[in-house]
Amino acid sequence: MSTSSFIDKTIEGLNSKGFILEYVVDQYNEYNVFISANNALETIKYLNADLGYGFLVDLTGSHYPEKEGSEYQVVIHLQNLVENSRIRIKSNLSKDNLEFPSLTSVFSSSNWMERETFDFFGIQFTGHPDLRRILNVDDMDYHPMRKEYALEDATRADKNDTFFGR
Amino acid sequence: MSELEVKNKFNIQASTETIDGEIATLNLGPTHPATHGIFQNVLKVDGERILHAEQTVGYIHRAFEKLAERRPYNQITPITDRLNYCSSPINNMGWHMTVEKLIGADIPKRVDYMRVIVMELARIADHLVCNSVIGVDTGALTGFTYMFQEREKIYDLYEEICGARLTTNVGRIGGFDRDFSPEFYTKLRTFLNEFPKNFDEFGSLLERNRIFMDRTIGAGPISAERALNYSFVGPNLRAAGVDYDVRVMKPYSSYQDFDFKIPVGTEGDTYDRFMVRQQEIRESLKIIQQALENMPSGDYHADIPSFYLPPKEEVYRSMEALIYHFKIIMGETPIPVGEVYHSVEGGNGELGYYLVSDGGRNPYRLHFRRPCFIYYQAYPEMIQGSLLSDAILTMSSMNVIAGELDA
Repeated sequence: MSTSSFIDKTIEGLNSKGFILEYVVDQYNEYNVFISANNALETIKYLNADLGYGFLVDLTGSHYPEKEGSEYQVVIHLQNLVENSRIRIKSNLSKDNLEFPSLTSVFSSSNWMERETFDFFGIQFTGHPDLRRILNVDDMDYHPMRKEYALEDATRADKNDTFFGR
Repeated sequence: MSELEVKNKFNIQASTETIDGEIATLNLGPTHPATHGIFQNVLKVDGERILHAEQTVGYIHRAFEKLAERRPYNQITPITDRLNYCSSPINNMGWHMTVEKLIGADIPKRVDYMRVIVMELARIADHLVCNSVIGVDTGALTGFTYMFQEREKIYDLYEEICGARLTTNVGRIGGFDRDFSPEFYTKLRTFLNEFPKNFDEFGSLLERNRIFMDRTIGAGPISAERALNYSFVGPNLRAAGVDYDVRVMKPYSSYQDFDFKIPVGTEGDTYDRFMVRQQEIRESLKIIQQALENMPSGDYHADIPSFYLPPKEEVYRSMEALIYHFKIIMGETPIPVGEVYHSVEGGNGELGYYLVSDGGRNPYRLHFRRPCFIYYQAYPEMIQGSLLSDAILTMSSMNVIAGELDA
């Protein structure tokens, strides 16, 4: 199986459609493709229908509060089972506009993954049939995986890790 | 007082309504003896037939991803124990391999083979629980009692390796904390000699049993297309006929060295899921046998002093060991900045770890791709129109583990 050539073909195909903002091959030889949230659904549909990425491995989010204008990130891992090729799709979101198109029309499995991402990061998946909290209690009024919610009370003096902490 | 007198006295009237056509709402769970774990399903039933189901999850959510953001890398292993607690060692190894991939550690072949032995034992234990419980849910309690004895023997083997049984916390980043003891090899050989016979006995109890087959064939089926669309993995996907196995597609821990088959089903129903797991146990035994025969010599851990704790007696004698010990315990070793996704074939399929490191002592972000959480979504679709008792059977054959579901 020629995985490396197929991933090049994927990048080529995405480029020809103008979906790629940028892409990075990291030190682990994994492909990170950055796309815009506006045409994310078209990109995923194209990858699914034309390039055979029919298996949604994972969908999650991250929070980078110090990155101005792209504080949130949606991270999607897709796999082409025939070519055994995996690709990581990322989309940066500004904290002022946390909207990302729902992929539920393409992958049924993204339903709960999106609910989980909404639950923990507050990313609004537009077009999701039932965007509710999933793991946390329904009346929780914040999104706990955001970095501003430290796990431990930051005001505790006895937990001051000046020398060994971050 | 006669029956008639009671009826007259308390004005009891027999119901004239028939069940047919009347839709009732039934709460199955959160704690129900027929569901193994904390699962709630709100069912709309017409008599025995399920019209609509809705699951509620999150009853044992323990915020593992948030917890992991405050823990040094080596302290995250015990968290992973509690995902799929039926096969903790696979989760532990998966986490170690993720960190090793991040730091680019070179792992000796011997460690790979030792890991394969432990992981395949865990897979056998996991599948044994699932399959014997399918038996229980169809009314065959005998197999369950015998197979749980075998599972105990696997737990004895874990105990011999790491001292723990259920939440094992086995291994370290870079390998194992100690080599396998001679007692372990003796016990493993005894197990490999005795288990196949006992297991075949269990198989002959159910595999071609008319009652069991009638009960399970066609219960909770899913097509290959729908299974892929729902991101099914592991035995559940293979039962639907897709031969996706992480051990073969993205080999880790030297799985490419071993000769084994991937059993697949055709219908994706309860019987196929049961049979796929049965065959996988037999394949796992072959893998263990091969690993045991071809066990390479060498060290039982990688040469990564800044991540792997030095031997305790060294710590008391040598300055260098003391420094490394201190740095590892305090989480002060340099970690590369980067992100990795690593997956292993867990008991239920692809168990993934998405790890983002910013170079600090804790992960910046850690996400567990939990197979149960993803494929449990398909449950309402699979049980729609079926009988209530088939729904119970479908859930146990999907091997939904509450710990993995809720993280």
